[in-house]
Amino acid sequence: MGRYLLRRLGNYAILVFIAASATYFLASFTLHPDINYLSKNPRPPLHSIYTILHGYNLDPHTPVCLRYWRWLTGIVLHGDFGRTYDGASVNTELGRRVLVSTELLFVATVLGAVGGVAVGAWNALRQYRPSDRVSTILSYVLLATPVVVIAVGLRTLDTAGDGPLVQYIGMYDPKVHGTLPVVLNNLEHLVLPTLTLLLAQIPFFSRYQRSTMLDVLGSDFLRTARAKGLRRRQAVLRHGLRTAVIPVMPLVVYNVVLLFTGATFTEEIYGWHGMGEWLVDSITSNDVNAVAAVAIFTAGIVLIAGLLSDLVYAALDPRVRT
Amino acid sequence: MTHPTAVLGVPTSRPAAGSPVLTVSDLRVSFPGEAGRVHAVRGVDFTLHAGETLAVVGESGSGKSVTATAVLGLLPDDAEVSGSVRLGDRELLGLSDRRMSAIRGRDIGMVFQDPLSALTPVFSVGTQLVEALRIHQDLTAAQARERALELLDLVGIPDPRRRVDAFPHEFSGGMRQRAMIAMAIANDPEVIIADEPTTALDVTIQAQVLEVLRKAQEVTGAAILMITHDLGVVAGMADRVVVMYAGKPVETGTADELFATPRMPYTIGLLGSVPRLDAGDRTALTPIEGTPPSMVDLPAGCPFAARCPVAVDRCRTEEPALRAVTTGAAHATACHRAQEIDAPGGIPSPGMFPTPASPRRPGGLPRAERPEVLRVTNLTKHFPLLRGSVFKHRVGTVRAVDGVDFDIREGETLALVGESGCGKTTTMLQILDLAGRRAGSVAVLGKDVGRLDGRGRRELRRDLQVVFQDPMASLDSRMPVGDILAEPLRTHGWDRARIAGRVPELLRLVGLLPEHAERYPAEFSGGQRQRIGIARALALDPKLIVLDEPVSALDVSIQAGVINLLDELQAELGLSYLFIAHDLSVIRHIADRVAVMYLGRIVEAGDVEDVFARPAHPYTQALLSAVPLPDPRKERQRRRIILQGDLPSPADTPSGCRFRTRCPKYRDLAPAESGRCDTEDPAAGVLGEDHSAACHFAAALEVL
Repeated sequence: MGRYLLRRLGNYAILVFIAASATYFLASFTLHPDINYLSKNPRPPLHSIYTILHGYNLDPHTPVCLRYWRWLTGIVLHGDFGRTYDGASVNTELGRRVLVSTELLFVATVLGAVGGVAVGAWNALRQYRPSDRVSTILSYVLLATPVVVIAVGLRTLDTAGDGPLVQYIGMYDPKVHGTLPVVLNNLEHLVLPTLTLLLAQIPFFSRYQRSTMLDVLGSDFLRTARAKGLRRRQAVLRHGLRTAVIPVMPLVVYNVVLLFTGATFTEEIYGWHGMGEWLVDSITSNDVNAVAAVAIFTAGIVLIAGLLSDLVYAALDPRVRT
Repeated sequence: MTHPTAVLGVPTSRPAAGSPVLTVSDLRVSFPGEAGRVHAVRGVDFTLHAGETLAVVGESGSGKSVTATAVLGLLPDDAEVSGSVRLGDRELLGLSDRRMSAIRGRDIGMVFQDPLSALTPVFSVGTQLVEALRIHQDLTAAQARERALELLDLVGIPDPRRRVDAFPHEFSGGMRQRAMIAMAIANDPEVIIADEPTTALDVTIQAQVLEVLRKAQEVTGAAILMITHDLGVVAGMADRVVVMYAGKPVETGTADELFATPRMPYTIGLLGSVPRLDAGDRTALTPIEGTPPSMVDLPAGCPFAARCPVAVDRCRTEEPALRAVTTGAAHATACHRAQEIDAPGGIPSPGMFPTPASPRRPGGLPRAERPEVLRVTNLTKHFPLLRGSVFKHRVGTVRAVDGVDFDIREGETLALVGESGCGKTTTMLQILDLAGRRAGSVAVLGKDVGRLDGRGRRELRRDLQVVFQDPMASLDSRMPVGDILAEPLRTHGWDRARIAGRVPELLRLVGLLPEHAERYPAEFSGGQRQRIGIARALALDPKLIVLDEPVSALDVSIQAGVINLLDELQAELGLSYLFIAHDLSVIRHIADRVAVMYLGRIVEAGDVEDVFARPAHPYTQALLSAVPLPDPRKERQRRRIILQGDLPSPADTPSGCRFRTRCPKYRDLAPAESGRCDTEDPAAGVLGEDHSAACHFAAALEVL
């Protein structure tokens, strides 16, 4: 097992390397960090602009291969992802943003997965009843609604009355002081973005869960479970849901993991400076090293999601173990 | 033997043997369907007495399984149920799920058909058995596990302590069904309902499982309600029988009466259409023409009238009620003409259904002089055995086919027979897959397929066609039948006019009508669909047709017609068949020669009459003796050779003779002799003109 795990991780390292290098070259050719300085008013002298950029390994006059080599050796030898266009450490920024995204997404993904599975299973049990039909229509409405619309819509709802019910811009109100008030204020700020993510995630998972659950509901083993004397509800929960959740798990794992860089709109709209926001911001700000760092991160989590999903599958389904 | 309650540890007050435990009266079930309400069960009455076995027999759609499901209260919510089901003196219909759950699994145990899908795949067998125990009994986890081990031991799971934590997919089909039976008797039920308990199993495993079921009945004293379509199983197991047709019992009686003196034309037809292993010469089977009526809008009168050769006008207007054959007798039948059947001057039951004349075969040349259509020499196919989902890696080799030789001459049928996993399907695929790489050689019509180029292979495809097992899955449901039949012709470059002439010809050839070309496969019954499959295979005028279990998905009354058709076509068109099957009775009817496979090898081969009458390999003997005969008297007298255990994995074949681990003969040999079986792989030894067996101690034994 260990040997295969190592081999698989080795393959992953190669894939991440290829993805990251390709992104680095692409970003270097298409993005122009000097624009950030050239467009400043008053414009700093050209000479100093390129000296600054040279210090960040972003000088367009340095051959791209040389820049690539410096970037690569920086990562491999020192674990240093370089500097952003304005001189900040990419590593620090990355670390901070991963934490922000983790906080934002943890509750949303856990609730989203559990909620999606529960709603899907419940719908399947009540197939074609009014609750199922309403839920189906609602799911498709939500699935068809872009996250932007949901996010902005929730904000509007909130300000319909006399001022906001909950605060939502940024992670917390900078005017609040003291540990406990900051934590509480932070949680308050979490409400709307979490809700936004849930409204996108729950319908998505629930549709899949509903259909796998429907397959299981007609299955022979559920009939056996009831023939043993389990009541309908017990049989469905213990034997049905446990089996029906297996095929949904890879989907859940992939979505949860990839949301790290996928919650772009939610982060942008609610002012959370997480990875999703960075993905877009780094490109609009022509920030080559940041783009490359996001690419490495994304490539890494895609592969981890694959591994994780296989492991979760094997943990749930004895048939694929051995 | 220990007293039952001591074995199962559940003190119960048993109803005295012979007293009624389950009484079903006027049970009716209907479901909403797309075309209207489906009246699946239309008034079923029977009484199940303590300790007896009652078989409910019928073909698909007769309502037998719905009856069983209704007794358990497990019908879908939209089913409408009326009538009465009484367990002892409790009425079960209309009980809440909560009250009914207390009865299910405790008073009524259930064994389902397909043991793979009937066990939850993600829980170990032990967990599921423990669950069954703890639902109804107040046991600690440790006590329940102990009891589970006892139960597994009782049903014959070897080494239960090790196997109890295995998952269902790690069990063979037979073992899973044993585990199902253990679950059914876990709480010492009064009634065991077994719904087609052995239909998904191979014959030798079927014999084992029926044995376990008998033992379970002995230990618990339960009454068994057995739902089945297999008249052979009924003859061996049942005390009394209910024959169902179109949702109603049409004949009931003791097994002896029913098999010896059936009084309802349907029963007579059913018994006549079963291919029998103990039949003498190769004769045509007697099919029941037509198909069962739609359960949505049944025609007035007797539902069997349309297929009945002795129906009179009254049969088409008035549905007969189930009446005792003679006043007071247990034997009852629902037929207006029951009194006339087999009465002096009445309707004799033999010959009631017209048997088509056996096709006349051209006398022709002796076998050795006829040209060879297929020759397979030392065919070998090994697959890598892979493990792991997260990390695939090779851990061994599955020897699916391991050196197989046979030949087929013009105009004859060779049946390749064996149980699941013996390699017969792989052999077939190797022959059909002309282009594939293989060890050994396959020569069709004298041409070694390994040496053919693309063009040659294409030519050869015309002469080699195939009919598949599942007539539903093997026809494209979105293509009209005409297009299905035209496809092979178009592929081989026939022009439009020739195709337009050929399609009606093909349909007529298989007993369908030219206008059927416009219809879609879904509009046909299973038997008709299989005829379409046969017509497609015939389209290019092949020399050799590979028939892969062509009748095993069909009901017996339909199966007979298809077998007769194959027989006629062979005589008429001079075809050769390679018939892949597991049903020995069917083979006896259709094949000229038979080759018995076990673990990738042919263990015995030869002329059907020779092999069936004087089987020389212990495996063939066991296989033949395991097939139940539809005759209660014969069944009771037969001594059955019950093989121990399951087929070894083809990834881990035993040394020496592959069959020795299960061989009844090997066990009786002196150590000096058996040593030979341990080390020396037996080669095929010639026993007669056309009869060989691969056994060091081959000796004929009559087993039928």
